[in-house]
Order: sequence, then C-alpha cells, then structure tokens
Amino acid sequence: MSFKKIAGAIAVAGALVATGAVPGQAATLDDVKAAGTLKCGINTGLPGFAYTDDAGNWTGFDVAYCRALAAGVLGDANAISFVNLTGKTRFPALASGEIDVLSRNTTWTYSRDVDLGFTFIGVSYYDGQGFIGRTALGISSATELDGASVCIQTGTTTELNLADFFRVNGITYEPVPIETNAEARAAYEAERCDVYTTDASGLAATKTTFDDPSAHMVFPEIVSKEPLGPLVRQGDDQWADIARWTLNALITAEELGVTQANVAEMAAAAGDHPEINRMLGTEGSLGEMLGLDADWAARAIAAEGNYAEIFDRYIGPDSPLGLGRGLNALYTDGGILYSPPFR
Amino acid sequence: MTERAPPGGGGFDISRAWTDERARGVIFQILIVLGVAGLAAFIVMNTITNLREAGLSSGYGFLFDTANFDINQRLLDYASTSTYGQAFVVGALNTVLVAVMGIIAATVIGFVAGVLRLSNNFLVSRIVVVWVEFTRNVPVLLQIIFWWLIMLALPRVKDSISIGDAAFLNNRGIFLPSPIFEDGSAIVLAMILVGVVATILVGRWARKRQEETGRTFPVGWVGLGLIVGIPVIVYFAIGQPLDFDLPEKKRFNLKGGFNITPELIALWLALSTYTGAFISEIVRGGILSVSKGQTEASGALGLRRGLTMRKIILPQALRVIIPPMTSQYLNLTKNSSLAVAIGYQDIVSIGDTILNQSGQALEVISLYMAFYLVLSLLTSAFMNWYNKRIALVER
Repeated sequence: MSFKKIAGAIAVAGALVATGAVPGQAATLDDVKAAGTLKCGINTGLPGFAYTDDAGNWTGFDVAYCRALAAGVLGDANAISFVNLTGKTRFPALASGEIDVLSRNTTWTYSRDVDLGFTFIGVSYYDGQGFIGRTALGISSATELDGASVCIQTGTTTELNLADFFRVNGITYEPVPIETNAEARAAYEAERCDVYTTDASGLAATKTTFDDPSAHMVFPEIVSKEPLGPLVRQGDDQWADIARWTLNALITAEELGVTQANVAEMAAAAGDHPEINRMLGTEGSLGEMLGLDADWAARAIAAEGNYAEIFDRYIGPDSPLGLGRGLNALYTDGGILYSPPFR
Repeated sequence: MTERAPPGGGGFDISRAWTDERARGVIFQILIVLGVAGLAAFIVMNTITNLREAGLSSGYGFLFDTANFDINQRLLDYASTSTYGQAFVVGALNTVLVAVMGIIAATVIGFVAGVLRLSNNFLVSRIVVVWVEFTRNVPVLLQIIFWWLIMLALPRVKDSISIGDAAFLNNRGIFLPSPIFEDGSAIVLAMILVGVVATILVGRWARKRQEETGRTFPVGWVGLGLIVGIPVIVYFAIGQPLDFDLPEKKRFNLKGGFNITPELIALWLALSTYTGAFISEIVRGGILSVSKGQTEASGALGLRRGLTMRKIILPQALRVIIPPMTSQYLNLTKNSSLAVAIGYQDIVSIGDTILNQSGQALEVISLYMAFYLVLSLLTSAFMNWYNKRIALVER
C-alpha cells in the first residue's frame, strides 16, 4: 500500500468519527425552527389517512395533523418533509430523531408509552380491530370463525389482539401473517384466507379498493381498543406540550365553532367568548407559555380546519371511506372526544 | 514498540523510519488497527449512550417474556402463551427446514440440468440453456412472489383437488394424511433401521468382493428388499399397526392430517430452482474439466455411458464442483430470509414481529446475525469435511 492510500484511509476514518457525534436531547422546537421544516412520519399509503392527491401532495387525516403542527410552529402548513414509514420502521425512525413527530395511525399502548420511550400526546381517532369477510361465508359474527384462516399484517398490535380473541373464545385459526397491507389484501382476494383483520378504519379503507365492495362485510365484533394518535420522543416536555395542545386546539375549535373559514376573523380581535380569545391569542399569553407566538393556534386551525372539518373531508360519511363519527364525536354529541380547557 | 531501537544495534534508526519501507509498513499497520478498533469502540459506546439517554432497556431478558402471537407452521409445540425465546426457536427451525429442503432439491435439479445441458440432443440442451439463463437472471424475490401467486391461483378450498379423499391440494397448501403410530409400529420402524444397517454392511462386502474378484453384486435390489420389503411383510404380519389421520373438509378449511403451507412450497420451489440453475452451471463446468480422453478410454473398456458418467466422470468432476457448491448452499440459506415477503414464518419474519412488540431492535438483529453465522459456518464445516474426503488422495 502506498503512503497516500493509507493516509487517505486514516483521514476518512477520522472524518467518520468526527461527524458521528452523539445526538443529544436538545430542544426539538429549536431544531425544527432551525431546520425550517417539520419532519413528520406518516404511513406509506392508506386511503383516507395518508395518501397522495392528484398533484402528488401527501394528504389525509394523519397528514392534516402534521400540517396543523407545522403551521402552528413554523407558520407554514407546507414546511414539512414527510417520511413514509412501515409498521416496522416507524419506532426506530422516531427514536433516532429521523422524524420529529409520528402521525401514522399508531395505537397507544402501555409498553410503547413506557418501555419504548415515547410520549403519546393524545388520541386523534378511537379505533378498534375488526374482521372483514365475504358475505358468501354465511356467518354473521367473528365468533363463528372456528378453523378459519386469517390474514394479518405483521408487526402491529393486531397480531396480539387476534391471538387473544381466539384464545378467549376457545376457537382455533390459522394465522397468515403478511408484511404489507397490499400483499395481505391480495392474499385475501385470492381466498388464501377467509377473513382479513386490521383496525376498523383500515377495513373501511381497504373495502373501498375491492372490485365488488358489496360482496364483503365487516363483522360487528370489535376485538380491541385501538386509540390511535400522534407521538413524540420522551424527554422533551416542551415539544410534547406543543404537539398535545395543537391536537387539543383542533378539537376545542370544533367544540367552540371555530372553523377554517372564520378563524382569521375571530383571531383578528378579541370577541366575547373568553376561551376562544385565550386559544386564539387575543387574550392572555398561552402561546408564550409554549415558547410560540400568540397566533399559533389560529394558524394551526387555519391550516386544514378544526377536527370536524378534517374528519369529514378525509374519512367522514361523505368521503369514500364513509366512516361515522361514532366514538370520535365530541363528548357533547355522544362521543368521547374531550379536550382539556384552554385556560 | 517502534520507538525503541532493537538491542544489538541492528541498524534501526527512528529518524529513518519514514524512509524505511518495512518500518513504515509496520507503523501504518499499527495505526490502522488502532483506527479500526477506535471506530468500533466509538460505535459501541455511542449506541450504549444513546440507548441510555433514550431510556431504552437493553439485554436479552425479553426472550423470557410471553410472546402473545401465533405461528402457523410449528415444528415444536408452540402457542401464544409461549415465550419470545420459544418463538425464535420455532422460526429458526422453519428456516433450517426450508434451507435443508432447498439444498437437497437444488442439488438434484442442478445435477440433472447440468448433465442435460451437455446432452447431445439439441432440443434437450437448448431447453436447459433457456431455463438456466432465465432462472438465474431474474431476482429471486420476484421468483418467490411468482411461485406464491401461482400457489394462490390453485383451486379454492371448496374445489380442492383430492386424491382418493385422503390427500388434497388447494390454494391453502397440500393436505396429507398424518400417521398415527399404534402398538407394534415400533417393530416396523426397528425393521427399517435394521434394513438400513444391513444394506450398508452388504454394500461394504460387495465392494470388497468386487475389488478382489471383479464380480459385481446387485446391492440396490437387495437393499430395497431389506429396507422396504421386509418391513412391509412384518407390517402386515403383525396386523397393520399404523393408522392415518385424514384431512377432513370443515366449514372454512380442511382439518386434521398434515398441512404443507403454500408459502413453504412457493419458497422452496423458488429457492431450489434459482440455486439449482447456478449449480447446473457449476456441474457443467466440473464435467467439462474432466478430459475427454477419460470418456473415450472408458468407452474403449466397454463401459456403458451411464456407468461412465457415474464411475469415471462424476467422481473426478466432484473435486471441481464441491468448493463452489458450498457458497451456493450458503446463498440459498441466506436468501431464505426473503420469506418475509410472502409470509412464511422463518426466523426473520418471527423476529420482526418480536422486534416490533418488544422494541429490542439491536438484540433481535444480533440474534439474526448469530443464527445465520452459525448456520453458515456449520454448512461450510460440513462441506469442507466432504471436500477433503473426496479430494484426490496422493500416495
């Protein structure tokens, strides 16, 4: 080996050591502001929740939350770099700092919250695991599935719920675990399995893609609680607060009648509703407490509208998914959606 | 150590170290070793620090936690109440199963195709050429998915192809009767074992006799009689102590019997044909490496073509064939991790689920690496032993 080659090799090795600095637990807010973009982890593609529109822009229920957050923090709902993540890659991506927030229909569970070192900042969609099967099977309940083959997507909580459900009911089944939603659907369509199981919202999304949706039915059993919501890394309370109160602002906006259309007008001057005033920054200093400016919530709501507007646009009864509000209605409308007060 | 002049005044001068080629070499090698070790230490330290800062627990204790998920193909007893560690073992055995099945099939396919490609029959050799070139030039992942889609295109459960209502084929796999051993079946199994041992002994005796007298002995037929014939007679004589559990059509699936999943079949077919195509080229190269004079000489002695191939050409060709075969076997084993694409529950598929549920990414990946390393080293060790055995013995 020549002297130059060796010296070069050492230089490269040295450079690697120098640049591989340990990422600290610095304030995420400062990092996001310095970068000028919010790094948001979303699904690789799920109708209604995260998909590309005709112009190729990411859009959907989960994406809308990121847009609200980016608008609140950076003042620009488009200042986002999206990172598409699978069920498997999402947690390492968040833990390593590759993304600032994960908004990818992720179930809030004890072990993810406590053991994996994440902070769930709230629930954006109350879901539950269900089954879809052919109407030709002639059964009306998932408890009649003794001996059936069940397609599941691997690396999700659904595998565990499925095992629990069949164990509790004392019936047997053959699991057919498949890596991606697309291939699992292909296997179900080829009748490799009798039923396909995932979150009820996902079933509704998947059903719309079948050739003949009416030949399939979603069974009434919901076998698990799946509170889906955004999450951030544990240890940065300020960032978690920003993420949490952005979601709360969207919910409170629906409750108080603040919409995408009237938010600018309401935020321009103080009105007679004190909570609206506090939230939109015309009264008090709530934004300052978060380390943001007074208008942050107004911008977040202006991005895609309040919770109801986002829900209806992407997954509501008039969208292709046609999901009802159900549990996701405000507590005043018979649901369990409830935001702590802005005061 | 380079700073001290060697005793005895060997003429080493530290100030001239940079101009002395040998000394410079030593210095740089030491620097590089230090650099690599430093880099490795940095990576390990960095990881440990980050894990601690992120508040993540590490270690292998999670292997004793309850898995809570099910596995469809199990060579051992496993239920959702078993531990992650047991799930890992089940996955590892599934990998070993498909690797062993694949290696056997790939070897057979490779030898047959390799010999056929050298056939004098134009049509046969061309067909093999086209097949080999097609198979080894398409990525194996696509072939796995291709075979899986073929399996899925088989008849559905209610239209299963059945053979005498005992064996069924549909897009959920092959369903075969599984044997139930009753009293007395141990005798039959013992007879088979005795038959195998006896055949080996007969084979040794026959070879010795042939070496001494030149007379051949039909070992194959005698062996067949010993291993199959006698146990069958015994089986009937003691009243058929074997029953079969037949697969039966139920509401959704066939129940009972023995099920081979379409994922296993697809993976096995894809891996064995893909690797078989490579092996056929190695076999062809090995056969061509044996001088043509050998074939001619054997013909002149009056040996038939098949015998020439078996007794003259292949034993010599094997010396060329075996070393590159080892790496093909290793490739096949490692390619089996692509199983995850079609949902065959091998170690990677199950490990990924464990990774996702427990969050122990580094530990799970380290287990994969250790497993494949051990499996590959064992395969290499066996192949090296076999290679030594068939190597030319020089006297």
